Amino acid sequence: MNTLFHTLLLLPGAAPDVSNPVIPDAATAAAASHGGHGSELDLIAMLFVFMLATFIGIGVIRRVSRLLHTPLMSLTNAISAIAVVGAITIAGGQDYPTPIKVLGGIALFASMTNIISGFLITDRMLKMFKSQAPAGGKS
Amino acid sequence: MTTAIELAYLFATGLFVLSLHWMGDPKTARRGVHAGMLAMLVAVLATWAKPEVSHHSDFVRHAWVIIPIGLAIWPGIWLSLVPITAVPQRTALSHAFGGLAAGLVGTAEYFHLLSANPAALTPFMMTAIVAEIILGYLTFTGSIIAAAKLQEVKWIPQRPWVYPGQNVVNLIALGVAIVLGALLIFNPNAGWAPYAFCGVIFLALNFGWMLVMPIGGADMPTVIAILNSYAGLSAVAMGFVLDNKLLITAGALDGSSGLILSIIMCKAMNRSFANVLFGAFGQVQQKAAGGEQKAYKPETPEGAGQILEQASSVVIVPGYGLAVAQAQHKVRELYDQLKKRGITVRFAIHPVAGRMPGHMNVLLAEAEIPYDDLVEMEEINSDMPQCDVCIVLGANDVVNPAARFDKTSPIYGMPIIDADRARTVFAVKRSKNPGFAGIDNDLYFLDKTFMLFGDAKAVVGELVKALSPSAGH
Repeated sequence: MNTLFHTLLLLPGAAPDVSNPVIPDAATAAAASHGGHGSELDLIAMLFVFMLATFIGIGVIRRVSRLLHTPLMSLTNAISAIAVVGAITIAGGQDYPTPIKVLGGIALFASMTNIISGFLITDRMLKMFKSQAPAGGKS
Repeated sequence: MTTAIELAYLFATGLFVLSLHWMGDPKTARRGVHAGMLAMLVAVLATWAKPEVSHHSDFVRHAWVIIPIGLAIWPGIWLSLVPITAVPQRTALSHAFGGLAAGLVGTAEYFHLLSANPAALTPFMMTAIVAEIILGYLTFTGSIIAAAKLQEVKWIPQRPWVYPGQNVVNLIALGVAIVLGALLIFNPNAGWAPYAFCGVIFLALNFGWMLVMPIGGADMPTVIAILNSYAGLSAVAMGFVLDNKLLITAGALDGSSGLILSIIMCKAMNRSFANVLFGAFGQVQQKAAGGEQKAYKPETPEGAGQILEQASSVVIVPGYGLAVAQAQHKVRELYDQLKKRGITVRFAIHPVAGRMPGHMNVLLAEAEIPYDDLVEMEEINSDMPQCDVCIVLGANDVVNPAARFDKTSPIYGMPIIDADRARTVFAVKRSKNPGFAGIDNDLYFLDKTFMLFGDAKAVVGELVKALSPSAGH
């Protein structure tokens, strides 16, 4: 899954058996590569992503006007339903036993509901926000 | 193929950031929503295209993806069509769904790895899984209780639900869950581990509802924002578990959004997180407020109408009562009537007015009141002494002058809208009871304050009638 990062950023870590002949290291690396995740370099890369994304989030959200805080919350709701990615991997994955796939299916249902309702209601609310149009048009 | 999928995730990540960036301004906000939709679509399709998901073109496997998505369409659309007054409940419910999804994925991943690849359960992996399930499940039950309180479901008390030693019990539950989690982190494959794992789930589920039960309605904006943050953080933990940077980014965006909103809410109430979560606001004061009875000065809608006609500047302070009475459309009629007479009408929006951040703005926008006339507290306060009439509409604590001078008041220090500095005040109130926080409001007893008792919608309706030209006076 993370070949991209391995090839671009973590080249030395991609071949630990060759560059680093210490046996315990090789063993953990093998265990990690078996599961597809968990190596320390991955961890650091993910912490980088987490930290930077948090700073970006804080920077961007601080500039959202208070006027729009309710739609903002429903939009971030929909965005955090990105958990759908994990749910699809489990519900549709090939090597999961059925009881576990059921958990994945429920998770998929829950996050898909959030995606659909979150985006639709945000759009619905935003359509209501109007600037000083021809004022008092109704009366 | 893997590289293509990672690139698709990268694209989606960028779009999510742009989406929130565009959200900053009402003019570009809808573009932000569309960018978010596109990003989500790309993320879903890319995941679906993963070799381990769609490797075999076997219909049964796709059915596992298609059926839950299909089932979600109807509730998703239904939840997006709720009345605007019900938006806080919907938001809380969607936090519950988000938490549930994170908790379930964490559970599935642990039990799967336990049987298929125990070596992958490194301490780091276990830390992420434990964080994911604790955050996920506590958000799930906590948000369900929050949604039920907001919906005013009968079996959930509206007032804070407290008993002696409650905080100790709650903290012990959380503490035990964390200790069990820590034990799991270093012994994920022990014989007792699956039981301990279920124990952590059980404790997290219970901690969630126990945390929210003692919190009253007035604190809901903060609670919703905090739960929003937790839902985002549980998605981040899921990203660490699944080694997925898209999940980490999107979760972190949501987490920081919830964090900022809760900080704004706490500041607007001059309280700390700990105080909101463990303070059980409004309990102590109820007894203190009992004492002497002061006199209200009631006014009729006709009389109020005559005073309004003379005004040149009117400020309306909306609060939760407006939402309860669904009075926003009547308020729009009042706004039109006053505007027609050349009176300046503005709405003063306190950050915690209503039951979620920005609640009042959405309600008034629904009634097609232009957002230029919705003014934030800090901006309007300097104009209040020049305001002829201030109409307090279903708001209470956010206009209570005790916050400025009464050091014994639980809301002392909270920034308020200075309604008491207006020349005349009309307070529309459903009953003579104190507000959600259970605190007496001195504003109502000032010489310049006149009370209009009744349902906000009915009272505003009568004001409109009194002002309309056809009314025979």
